[in-house]
Amino acid sequence: MDLFVSQVLSGVASGAIYGCVGLAMVMIFTSTEKINFAQGEMATFSTYVAWTLMTVGLPYWAAFAATVAISFAAGVLIQRTLLAPLRDAPEMSQVIVFFGLFLVFNSASGAIWGYLPFDFPSPVKAFSTGTTLIGAHQLFIILVAVLMLTLLFLFFRYTSLGLCMRAAAQNPVSASLMGVRVGWMLALGWGLSAAVGAVAGIMVAPVVFLEPQMMVGVLLYAFAAALVGGIDSPPGAFVGGIIVGVLENLVGTYLVGTDLKLTVALVLIIAVLIFKPTGLFGSRRVARV
Amino acid sequence: MAAILELKDVDAHYGGTQALFGVNCAVEAGAVTTLLGANGAGKTSTLRAICGMVRRTGEIRFDGHRIDGKSTEDIVRMGIAHVPEGRGTFTNLTVQENLDLAAHARRDRALVGEDAQRVFGYFPRLKERLRQQAGTLSGGEQQMLAIARSLMMRPRLMLLDEPSFGLAPLVVLEIFQIMQRINREDGVSIFLIEQNAAMALDLAHDAYLVETGRIVMSGKAADLRDDDAIRRTYLGH
Ligand SMILES: Nc1ncnc2c1ncn2[C@@H]1O[C@H](COP(=O)(O)OP(=O)(O)OP(=O)(O)O)[C@@H](O)[C@H]1O
Ligand SMILES: [Mg+2]
Repeated sequence: MDLFVSQVLSGVASGAIYGCVGLAMVMIFTSTEKINFAQGEMATFSTYVAWTLMTVGLPYWAAFAATVAISFAAGVLIQRTLLAPLRDAPEMSQVIVFFGLFLVFNSASGAIWGYLPFDFPSPVKAFSTGTTLIGAHQLFIILVAVLMLTLLFLFFRYTSLGLCMRAAAQNPVSASLMGVRVGWMLALGWGLSAAVGAVAGIMVAPVVFLEPQMMVGVLLYAFAAALVGGIDSPPGAFVGGIIVGVLENLVGTYLVGTDLKLTVALVLIIAVLIFKPTGLFGSRRVARV
Repeated sequence: MAAILELKDVDAHYGGTQALFGVNCAVEAGAVTTLLGANGAGKTSTLRAICGMVRRTGEIRFDGHRIDGKSTEDIVRMGIAHVPEGRGTFTNLTVQENLDLAAHARRDRALVGEDAQRVFGYFPRLKERLRQQAGTLSGGEQQMLAIARSLMMRPRLMLLDEPSFGLAPLVVLEIFQIMQRINREDGVSIFLIEQNAAMALDLAHDAYLVETGRIVMSGKAADLRDDDAIRRTYLGH
């Protein structure tokens, strides 16, 4: 029983990370109908930035805040300089930009910081939860994810800027007729998405070690999470993440063993696409990726 | 009377297709002007050209200022509200959020509440549905919401693209009465495109007729109403 509970709880923790990365994908998907394949690599790069800031002596939370801010700015900049000019370009050009970003960030991480895994600090390393069921860092991941989600929810639901961003994603033509600066809203969406990805990277790094491929597996799970939740539903992505995380752990523990865990994500992706293309909470089908 | 809106030699292009050819027209300040024409004549394109929603050349002035080089966002922020063809509903937002969005760019925050009251006076049905998702409103209610949104922008000029489209006759009458009040009581100038040419000509002071992207007739609405060709083609008697 303890094994079961602890597997579920650690599934929730890794699921929270998949959910965050899935959410970052969904934020871009809802306004562009495209999956940003580079989401994970951008997050990895951000995590390296955080690592560097800590290495040069910044305290954890200062490095955390600075990294989120830098990632946000970088996200805005990437959208404005690389994607905004392609808004009316053929679909394929944009997909190629995503692949380009994937390669650039992936190789940049390796070129700058090397391919050896780094130990990444957790601010709660010294603490204990007083139980063997869940580790301190896992609990920390869950808390940070929930806090971030709450902030995002409040922002989108209750601020004028959040309203403008939702409107621009939903109906850009009509939004511009309401005076919404649609181009900037898309850029802000990229910024937020990059910031969320950065947080996910910083959370996952102490678990898996920091190396250039750190997010490759996570991205697959995050994609599965977004699909399970419904590719156009931000809360759905998070719930989907939890489901995928827990399922991954239970299937890994009781059915197929850890070697085949990644297959779980693939099977889930295919199953959702076949049986319920709108996911649990979504309204749009994924027609092409 | 001075013109609040003026188009001089305006062309419009969708990719390779040209939709407007040297359009000249004007809306007098405080007046209602209507633009008549068959399907595909270029009515919607004219409104899109004004708002920068289609590639256009030529001179467009609002209140004396050139707007033909400006973006849609900047143009509407100057005080032009456009009720687009197809209503432009934000389906996943609530009715309240649709209205909040329309007012978000206004600087005169103090007057927003007052405008909301007036809008609910015009459309009490919207007030009862503030928390409803706008996509679940009926077609007619969405049309009311589109007009309500434009009123929440407190514009000086309204561009209306077939505001009575898909509405029951009684509701159409109601909408026309509301447009008249908006024009007379609030002093908003109106550029109106309307299926129902007879009602549009009754409401309007001035009228234009567009055919295959060119203005082919213009004058007082009363004069166009009496024109034989117009009567046969657009009024059906
Ligand atoms: N997005 C577009 N792409 C290409 N051509 C277009 C586009 N929109 C309109 N057109 C063309 O421009 C011309 C004018 O169209 P417009 O929509 O202005 O007509 P309209 O007078 O509003 O007609 P209706 O009464 O049917 O609404 C038509 O020939 C139409 O086919
Ligand atoms: Mg039209």
